[in-house]
Amino acid sequence: MSELLQHAFNGLVNGSFYALLALGLSVIFGMLGVVNFAHGAFYMLGAFGAFILLSEANLGFWPALVIVPLVLGGLGMGLERVLVRRLVALDPLYNFLLTFGLTLILQDLLRMKYGSQAQPYPQPAGLGGSLNLGLFDYPAYQVFVLGFSVLVSLGAWLLLARTRIGMIVRAATERPELTRALGINVGRWISPVFGVGIALAGLSGVLAAPMRAVSPLMGADLIILVFAVVVIGGLGSIFGSVAAGFLIGMLQALGNVYVPGLATTSVFIVMAIVLLWRPAGLFGREETAV
Amino acid sequence: MTALAFRKLAAMPRLWRLVGLLAGLLIALALPWFIYPPVAMDIIAWALFAVALDLLLGFTGLLSFGHAAFWGSAAYTAGVIAIKTGAPFPVAILGAAVVAMVLAVPIALLAVRSTGIYFAMVTLAFAQMVYYVANQWRSLTGGENGLQGIPKNLFGLDLSDPFYFYYAGLPIALIGLLIAWRVVHSPFGRVLVAIRENPARSRSLGYPVDRYKVMIFVISAGLSGLAGGLYAVSHGFASLQEVYWTTSGKVVIMTVLGGIGTLWGSTIGAALIVEVEDYVATSGIHIGPLNITGPGLIAGLIFVVVVLLFRRGVWGTVAHLLRRRRDVPEPHLSGTAPDVAEHEPAVAQKP
Repeated sequence: MSELLQHAFNGLVNGSFYALLALGLSVIFGMLGVVNFAHGAFYMLGAFGAFILLSEANLGFWPALVIVPLVLGGLGMGLERVLVRRLVALDPLYNFLLTFGLTLILQDLLRMKYGSQAQPYPQPAGLGGSLNLGLFDYPAYQVFVLGFSVLVSLGAWLLLARTRIGMIVRAATERPELTRALGINVGRWISPVFGVGIALAGLSGVLAAPMRAVSPLMGADLIILVFAVVVIGGLGSIFGSVAAGFLIGMLQALGNVYVPGLATTSVFIVMAIVLLWRPAGLFGREETAV
Repeated sequence: MTALAFRKLAAMPRLWRLVGLLAGLLIALALPWFIYPPVAMDIIAWALFAVALDLLLGFTGLLSFGHAAFWGSAAYTAGVIAIKTGAPFPVAILGAAVVAMVLAVPIALLAVRSTGIYFAMVTLAFAQMVYYVANQWRSLTGGENGLQGIPKNLFGLDLSDPFYFYYAGLPIALIGLLIAWRVVHSPFGRVLVAIRENPARSRSLGYPVDRYKVMIFVISAGLSGLAGGLYAVSHGFASLQEVYWTTSGKVVIMTVLGGIGTLWGSTIGAALIVEVEDYVATSGIHIGPLNITGPGLIAGLIFVVVVLLFRRGVWGTVAHLLRRRRDVPEPHLSGTAPDVAEHEPAVAQKP
């Protein structure tokens, strides 16, 4: 029993990365109608950001957790202003292709500078040992990651559901014309929302640095899994993407134990079932699937 | 005078088309004389792959970002058939195309339940599933080592020289291109364009839209399979790279660079990308202190520039200029659509 719980816990920790990445993708998609292929590349940049801060400026995990998302968020806003905005009025496929091209560029740039092999990143101070969770001991850092991502997800939900800014963003997502007609400057919010989405990807990258290998390709396969997660949860549904993220994490971890052969493919099987049963995703509305 | 002659010539579209066709054939036949033959074969295989993708992207308005699944599974199948049975390589490639089509049926049935950007994500995800399966199925695919030593059998002919193999493989690709051309210029192809332009109206006219989409998806996968099988036999090996999502992306770049919905434009896009990658891989590009050896960087840059500034692609731009010169209005409902964006209804004009 405790072993099962431990696996489930592992799954939740992995799922928290899916959830944070899917959350950022969904926020961006909701506001701009853009599927950001480069999300995995920004996750990788987040991890490299933490690594570079440590090796070049001797700044550890905690400063990195603040600095890296801010810098990447700013970079994201610049990206939106300079490139993404030009294509937003066109078919959304063009921005998908644009960000795909950016992914290749970012991955190769980092590979040329740091090589393909993984860079080590130490556990942050104070989160080294393990915690006794009653039934089993668990690495303290993993517990922190899980708690932190649940908090961030809750924070995002509170921001969107309970604040005036959130209200404007939600309104602009659903009815941009009507929102504009009500006198709200929708355009003003687009860059910041894109930046927040990118910052979330960077944040998950920093969180990943101490427990996963920091390498230029670390986001390459992950982003496709996150796409599957988002299709399962419903693209543009904030709650759906977070829930699906944790769900898929759990499913993978348990699958790994009971049906090892299916561990990597289980996500796609779930996606196939969801497509048959609810093409718009578990929590998506039909219209978002257009 | 010459302008007048040009106008007269241009006014004879049938002759014009014949000249273009002959020129294309001539280039295909002459290619290994002025390009390193294995690279020439690569160009031909990728050209067929990109044309197959254009059947979906350009003529049906569906962006498949998972075509590596068909190219790659065909590469493995061709290899396995050729190694295990020693069959002539065209048979192996044909078998590969059939397997790719069989694989495409369930993926298509699921993927057509989504449209637009969702379709791209779903096909990408299923292709990644094929990648994982190929990675795990070591006994068949060789896992990360790949499948090596695929023979080029053809009734005892010695095809080890890439120059001769080019001429042995070219007919297969030409048959594939002919099929693509027939599909586009058939009543079936016209229905596809109608679906691209207006799925709802096509449905209300009684066309089973989803069934058409599945059919063209499977045809496209079959042609991609021919191309992938040819590629694997030409190289003598099949690797995980063939099933990876960067391969799916690469073929999309080729089609966009050549010109979405121009069919033959994709061949030019394929030739340009293969040439550039070959150049980067062999000599690298040196800009001051920068020593660019990564093909991804160049491909990514091409992608960004094309998407931002050159959405008509090479063929689309030329067709556009010619048309303007002849004062012919842009064909709206035709296979030579220069730009997807002009045809697909803009999804809720976002600010």
